[in-house]
Amino acid sequence: MIPGPARVILLLTSAALLLAGCGLDSPMTTVEPKSDLGRAIHELFMNISGWALLIFVVVEALLIGVVFAFRDRPGREEPRATHGHLGLEIAWTLVPVIIVIAIAVPTIATIFKTNARPPREALAIEVTGHQWWWEVRYPELGIVTANEIHLPVGRAVSLSLKTADVLHSFWVPQLGGKRDLIGGKLNNLTFTADVPGEYPGQCAEFCGVSHANMRLLVVAQSTADFEAWAGRLKAPPAPPSGEAAKGHQAFLAGGCVACHTIQGVAAGVLGPDLTHIGGRKTLAAGILKNTPDDLARWLKDPPATKPGALMPKLGLTDDQVAALVAYLRSLK
Amino acid sequence: MTTPHEAVIGSTGLDHRKMGVWAFLGSECMFFGSLIATYLVYKGRSLSGPTPHEILNIPLTSISTFVLLMSSLLMVLALAAVQRGDALGARLWLFGTPFFGMIFLGFQVYEFATFVREGLTLQVNLFGASFFVLTGFHGAHVSVGVVWLLTLWTLALRNRLTRADALIVEIAGLYWHFVDIVWIVIFTLVYLIQ
Amino acid sequence: MTRGVWGWITTVDHKRIGILYGVTAFVFLLVGGFEALLIRLQLARPDGAVVSAGTYNELFTMHGTTMVFLAVMPLNAAFFNYIVPLMLGARDVAFPRLNALSYWIFLFGSLFLNASFFVNAAPNAGWFGYANLTAKQFSPGANIDFWVLGLQILGVSSLIAGFNFIVTILNMRAPGMTFMRMPVFVWMTLVTQFLIVLAFPVITVGLILLLFDRFFGTNFYNPAAGGNPLLWQHLFWLFGHPEVYILILPAMGIVSEVLPTFARKPLFGYPVVVYSGMLIGLFGFGVWSHHMFTVGLGAVVDSAFAVGTMLIGIPTGVKIFNWIATLWGGRIRLTTALWFALGFIAMFLMGGLSGIMHASPPVDMQQQDSYFVVAHLHYVLVGGSLFGIFAGLYYWWPKMTGRMLSERAGRWNFWLMFVGFNVTFFPMHFLGLLGMPRRIYTYAGGLGWDLWNLVSTVGVFILALGILVFIGNAVASLRSAAPAPADPWDGRTLEWAVSSPPPEYNFRNIPTVHHRDELWALKAGRAPVEAAPPPPREIHLPPPSFYPIVVAAGVVLAATGALTHLALVVAGALVVVFGAYRWAFEYRSSLGGGLRPPSDASPRGLRGQSPRSSGPR
Repeated sequence: MIPGPARVILLLTSAALLLAGCGLDSPMTTVEPKSDLGRAIHELFMNISGWALLIFVVVEALLIGVVFAFRDRPGREEPRATHGHLGLEIAWTLVPVIIVIAIAVPTIATIFKTNARPPREALAIEVTGHQWWWEVRYPELGIVTANEIHLPVGRAVSLSLKTADVLHSFWVPQLGGKRDLIGGKLNNLTFTADVPGEYPGQCAEFCGVSHANMRLLVVAQSTADFEAWAGRLKAPPAPPSGEAAKGHQAFLAGGCVACHTIQGVAAGVLGPDLTHIGGRKTLAAGILKNTPDDLARWLKDPPATKPGALMPKLGLTDDQVAALVAYLRSLK
Repeated sequence: MTTPHEAVIGSTGLDHRKMGVWAFLGSECMFFGSLIATYLVYKGRSLSGPTPHEILNIPLTSISTFVLLMSSLLMVLALAAVQRGDALGARLWLFGTPFFGMIFLGFQVYEFATFVREGLTLQVNLFGASFFVLTGFHGAHVSVGVVWLLTLWTLALRNRLTRADALIVEIAGLYWHFVDIVWIVIFTLVYLIQ
Repeated sequence: MTRGVWGWITTVDHKRIGILYGVTAFVFLLVGGFEALLIRLQLARPDGAVVSAGTYNELFTMHGTTMVFLAVMPLNAAFFNYIVPLMLGARDVAFPRLNALSYWIFLFGSLFLNASFFVNAAPNAGWFGYANLTAKQFSPGANIDFWVLGLQILGVSSLIAGFNFIVTILNMRAPGMTFMRMPVFVWMTLVTQFLIVLAFPVITVGLILLLFDRFFGTNFYNPAAGGNPLLWQHLFWLFGHPEVYILILPAMGIVSEVLPTFARKPLFGYPVVVYSGMLIGLFGFGVWSHHMFTVGLGAVVDSAFAVGTMLIGIPTGVKIFNWIATLWGGRIRLTTALWFALGFIAMFLMGGLSGIMHASPPVDMQQQDSYFVVAHLHYVLVGGSLFGIFAGLYYWWPKMTGRMLSERAGRWNFWLMFVGFNVTFFPMHFLGLLGMPRRIYTYAGGLGWDLWNLVSTVGVFILALGILVFIGNAVASLRSAAPAPADPWDGRTLEWAVSSPPPEYNFRNIPTVHHRDELWALKAGRAPVEAAPPPPREIHLPPPSFYPIVVAAGVVLAATGALTHLALVVAGALVVVFGAYRWAFEYRSSLGGGLRPPSDASPRGLRGQSPRSSGPR
């Protein structure tokens, strides 16, 4: 019935797939939530998965069992022509209805919980999506940064989400679900992180050629660490010296001011704020590490690293690049 | 199939073509429904530019609406004429209906030109865009109906429209009445209820 | 039947049109499959460099668009065309020339859409093209223009076929065939056609608004001018959700035919299966915003759509139970067709269960736009629709070609596809749970995604091998000498009452139907014995016509003009008007003159066909 080779493949595959379930480890995993929102979602997911697994096992077993039990063998009689059975129809309609209710009730409860207004003491953060980077502002703290969000563990944060161009979606899987960034609409995502850590995220709504390159990092820290970070970001950058000063000149002369803001230096608004770029953990919306090499690589040819990037290849010499790298890395 | 245009009565007792045109009209309901929904969704949401209140001329459009409604009456008369084999009546009403349709279209063209002159264009705001797309597609449907009816009229002129062709005239009538009803909905929602 | 290529170009025979649809759609299945292979090669390793970002975005867009509109829908249409009139006891569909028109518009529209590759402007904003990425500002090239125009053309084809099949099924049933005696495949086709007729106009409007934004400077979807990108999503999904039922209901119909035949028992709960199909179709219009759970519609709206979506699971589940009950107590012959039907049930169930997870908005907050959705949609569309289509291919192949497919090769075909499919798509559930978003041309290493992406890529080649086995099986079958009998499976429905393939006129005498599964009743001697009426001396069939292809050509010419020069738009419109007029007057003998289709010469057509006895009108 099932050819030999297929039987072997089937067995191996089933084993592999079943074992695979244990191993959902990843900095972007959704099944090890680190926030209240993530936990609420995960609980509901486990609930529904339980039902799904039960239904799967029962129905697939029935299917396989029926095929085995009633397959044609020599000597089998012609089957009786049963047309239906009202009792069975009622039963197997009611059971799914009950399961639907069992799933719908906690679903609706969680919907209302996750759509509740943010608490008044929540930390307000404004996120604006751009092709292909994240603008981040803390209006109450006077902080502007990009592609990296710091937040204090144990305190609610309320993210206001909007876009400067096309649709995007804010998703940091370990901290909960996603919310879309839609032109003309202000969306909100509210949660409380409960474990310190670094949580990568990524845009989850196709937004053009470098959608895959629109990543971000959320750093959940103790209140003390968060306040230290916030303090650092509020302060203007230290005046540059040495190589960094050369880079400062290159920055001013190179047209960078047209697109970028550095507090006290430039006020461009097309690209990310660079005032404290030296202190970030990643570059170019999470696709590069913040190292001298990677920063140099970016400066030399942005579209090569990020297809479609609006920052053009500026034709910088190696000296200019080195100077700029020194300058930017000094902006901590 | 037998001789052309004779009724092909199917399992439901209806002719295939009549049933087909009803299915088509069903899809047209969804088509115009979506256009009307778009207009309603954007009602009052234009950021600038002429508003319906400023631009729409209800008395004038009432006249063209009346003309279109009358054309439906003429269509009824046309069908009745064909059904009883009245060649003269058929020719008269099968011309009258699209003629009234063309008067309606004339009013539409005048109206659109006036609006554009007064600053309402497709591009200027959401009202302009949704208004012109909705009424424009309706006008296109009326135009198709006019061509269709004039074709039937040409057949009638050449004495090629007989009692046996009552069905195709009825089908053209169904289309024409539908287009008229859509206009009544548009006139009510766009012009009368502001 | 007319000879040669001209015969195929002017055919209005539903069986030939069915073959045309089937072959064309299968070619596009391979095209879409090739696009998938490239996608999987690119994603096999992190930081892949098989294709560029721009090319990748075109590939995933065209893969989805091709599979939905150019492969699955027309493969379904192949069966609607070939089988439904036979099941009804009819000689053809209600509007044979309109039927041909649907096909030619589909073919030319598909070519138009794929021509975009040759000018390096293939659509690249996803198969659902969300505004406002599709605005001219953010998509300045012709990519989206090709997409909009291509979809409009294909939509016309589907709508026309919808009108045709609604009238055919309602109005051309053999005497005695009440609605509750129709085969379930016919019922599912009927519901599908109603869905098409009511859903396609909505996307037509959505596309018109996008067209106006791109060509005429309106701002329907431009937030800067007060427009709302969500309007696109609502219009698209009001179409898009019924569309997925359009894709799956025919497969459910096929399974509902295959199971009773190979279990040798009637379908269990026929009325319930029929009503479930109708309910699924009806509810399908009420759940569209479950594709928008991350948009922020608010708790009340989210809850309403969640409950509606979960409720649809109930009639679907009921169908599955009735199918299992059909097998229960049967005498099951494990033919390849049945294997695919069983595979359908097993895989569609899994897709349905991941669907129920998506139905819960909080859970969907994690799953939306991740590989979990990619897993879900492929389980229902490949494990569901495609497996159902393959069941139909193996089941009806003898009827359509007059040849048998090899059962041995069929088993290899099935198992390779089954294993390959699961190895490809099951790991995507894990990838989704591990936070991998959709539509990314590459990903970084170290996120735990490497292994499953590699496994998935291996799987797709196994799946492809299965498809190749089918092609080999098909080619060998067409070349082999042994003809297929009229009723190779001991079938239950009327298509098995005529030769394989059927004569051009289908039935010598239109049968009178007294039962559901009329043929089964006849064979069991339960049908009333009535003296067979003498066969008619002449059977009148609709003559061939070349106006369908002319009108179709005009439509696509106009679309091409929209991308090139206004003169071509006008030319195309004139061709359409000219063709339509000639069409309308084609049968009016009083018109005279003009081109008449070549008269029938000698019997020809599909191999093994008995001599035709249709007379020219």
